[in-house]
Amino acid sequence: MISMDILQMAFYLLLLILLAIPLGFYMARVFNGESTFLDPIFRPLERLIYRLTGVDAGREMNWREYALMLVVFNILGMAAVYLIQRIQGILPFNPQHFGAVPPDLAFNTAASFMTNTNWQAYGGESTMSYFTQMTVLTVQNFLSAATGMTVAIALTRGLARRSARTIGNFWVDLTRSILWVLLPLSLVLALILVSQGAIQNLNPYLTITTLEGDRQTLAMGPVASQEAIKLLGTNGGGFFNANSSHPFENPTPLTNLLEMLTILIIPAGLTITFGQMVGNRRQGLVILAAMLLLFVFALGVVYASEHYGNPKLGALGMRGPTAMEGKEVRFGIVNSSLFATITTAASCGAVNTMHDSLTPLGGLIPMLQMMLGEVVFGGVGSGLYGMLVFVIITVFIIGLMVGRTPEYLGKKIEAWEVKMAILAVLIPAATILLGSALAAVTKTGTSSILNPGPHGLSEILYAFASGAGNNGSAFAGLNANTPFYNIALGLAMLIGRFGVILPVLSIAGSTAGKKVVPPGPGTFQTTSLLFTGLLAAVVLIVGALTFFPALALGPLVEQLLMLAGKTF
Amino acid sequence: MTRRVLTGVVMLIVMTGLTGIIYPLTITGLARVLFPYQANGSLIYRQGQTVGSALIGQRFTSPRYFHGRPSAAGKDGYDATSSGGSNLGPTNKELVATIAQRLARVQAENGLPDGTPVPADLVTTSASGLDPDISPAAAYLQVPRVARARNLPEETVRALVDRNIIGRQFGILGEPRVNVLKLDLELDQLSHSAR
Repeated sequence: MISMDILQMAFYLLLLILLAIPLGFYMARVFNGESTFLDPIFRPLERLIYRLTGVDAGREMNWREYALMLVVFNILGMAAVYLIQRIQGILPFNPQHFGAVPPDLAFNTAASFMTNTNWQAYGGESTMSYFTQMTVLTVQNFLSAATGMTVAIALTRGLARRSARTIGNFWVDLTRSILWVLLPLSLVLALILVSQGAIQNLNPYLTITTLEGDRQTLAMGPVASQEAIKLLGTNGGGFFNANSSHPFENPTPLTNLLEMLTILIIPAGLTITFGQMVGNRRQGLVILAAMLLLFVFALGVVYASEHYGNPKLGALGMRGPTAMEGKEVRFGIVNSSLFATITTAASCGAVNTMHDSLTPLGGLIPMLQMMLGEVVFGGVGSGLYGMLVFVIITVFIIGLMVGRTPEYLGKKIEAWEVKMAILAVLIPAATILLGSALAAVTKTGTSSILNPGPHGLSEILYAFASGAGNNGSAFAGLNANTPFYNIALGLAMLIGRFGVILPVLSIAGSTAGKKVVPPGPGTFQTTSLLFTGLLAAVVLIVGALTFFPALALGPLVEQLLMLAGKTF
Repeated sequence: MTRRVLTGVVMLIVMTGLTGIIYPLTITGLARVLFPYQANGSLIYRQGQTVGSALIGQRFTSPRYFHGRPSAAGKDGYDATSSGGSNLGPTNKELVATIAQRLARVQAENGLPDGTPVPADLVTTSASGLDPDISPAAAYLQVPRVARARNLPEETVRALVDRNIIGRQFGILGEPRVNVLKLDLELDQLSHSAR
């Protein structure tokens, strides 16, 4: 039923925009330190946290100190994740008596959750104790999302301020994003998820006798609380191996809608926050429009490809949609396509369908969205700052075309900003291509492949795009739990995260110190629909130029071969 | 620098307490009070015995029961401690061969002539391997077989399927479906009262 499908997609987009706009205004108040309706609860708690930690909330930081605090805090977080996994065997809340996680896997998981990637080389229900899931994995879901928000807000301040030396206080931005944004939204979402059937308990696994007399053991756990922040923080690390396709994580079409909304609500809302904080709402709206434009295009391709399906399977004598391998009945083609597009537009990586089994074009788009740098909405914070990097590149290109020094928000964009922006684009891109190349030419790399033929290359490309893009979804046929992939992908995640954050913070510091020049007759307006189009085009062109050859050898050729009825 | 690291350590501890202990335990407590049935896994009891979760699919092989989808969870399928899909790609020979086999089996089990089209969900594995549902078409296809195996009139069984169709949520969300375990439980009840 194509009409019902289109209706559901339109309904989703409408709800997303309706919810993101007020949230965006609210977040601007939060990060400007203005009063909000949650102040009576959280102001005292905030003061208590600063007292305990010795943070001087009134003292602002320059970009170097801001970046240093961020890096220190993230290293500590990563160390905690590693440590707890290694000693979970002697810790409480471990009813299944899971032992220590092996070092390479523990490193990979620690890098993965700290960088907001949430790539999982393990199966949750067969590896991690409840203690590990709650006290380090859930915690990093909050902290990595908050880290992303701090960087986006710091960059926003850097662009908004005039002749300033500081870009905010890292600890304050971190605390406020958790208390005022992530925690309250997670509480509400988690309870709605439970009401629909997501589980939330600390019981041991339950063995039952089925109707036909088989034994079936049901994995249990504190799922809903982790599920909520997993989506809201664009983390994506599932409690269970099957992630958001697992009925205990995502039981009904309603929970599916809410999960899809919460993935994009903060990234979309932050564009509004940006406009508000730089004092010109249209500046935020043009960015939101560019993201929407790219998103609708991506969704269209994925949906069309999945709907069309796999003619080879249809010829066998199947009725209805042929691309149901790896999809759940309650979600069907449309909600699986929608989720796959959303989760890779954002750097979320939660999945409600198995991406490895998507049609080749249906799998190409998720891969491409990650390769574009996760800027189609993108991750919490990282989407906005990633897109602002492309804004800088766009105004630079426009400047070249008209022969003027590029400006953005009245700030002259000079060599330093452009160099840093290029670094932020090149570092993840190089990581994806070099990493994939290394894996594709070594026996250790190729021996993990499940699906032969061009699809095997797609599995490798997808893994490195997902790692360096900090997405975390997978073509999960690839056996990534090997020392080679655990370490290579762990490094890719770290490079992809900090190889963008550090240049971005340095741009923030540099633009904060600049004077604002009043717009003249030759100033290119960045509030027009023309700019939206140019921005979206630059994102696509940069991505296509970088990745087209690789994609041609993987999903593109596979689509053609599939249509020709070839199998491997 | 030491002071800064110390701030970081204390911040990490405070945030772990807040988001890693207080937050999940608060949700656990609230869930237990507000939604105890759901929080514990939507378990279904029959004569005092737990027979499964309404949300987790089970393996059915007997002709007397409606069957769910093929499952790639664990070695034999429907292993709820090892959720996951087959991850077979669209051009994988194995995918095509397995689906062809399943088609033949479904046709044979249901006494359908070769070449009868079969709903896709009955011959493909789900994403979780634990999909509790099948499409209404997949349920209707099994009605004659189940009715024969249970000596029930086809109309009675068909009416049971009709009653068990879960429509789109709020009329627009998701896809229409049938929960296999619930359908089979009602089927047992029906046979029981017919006797």
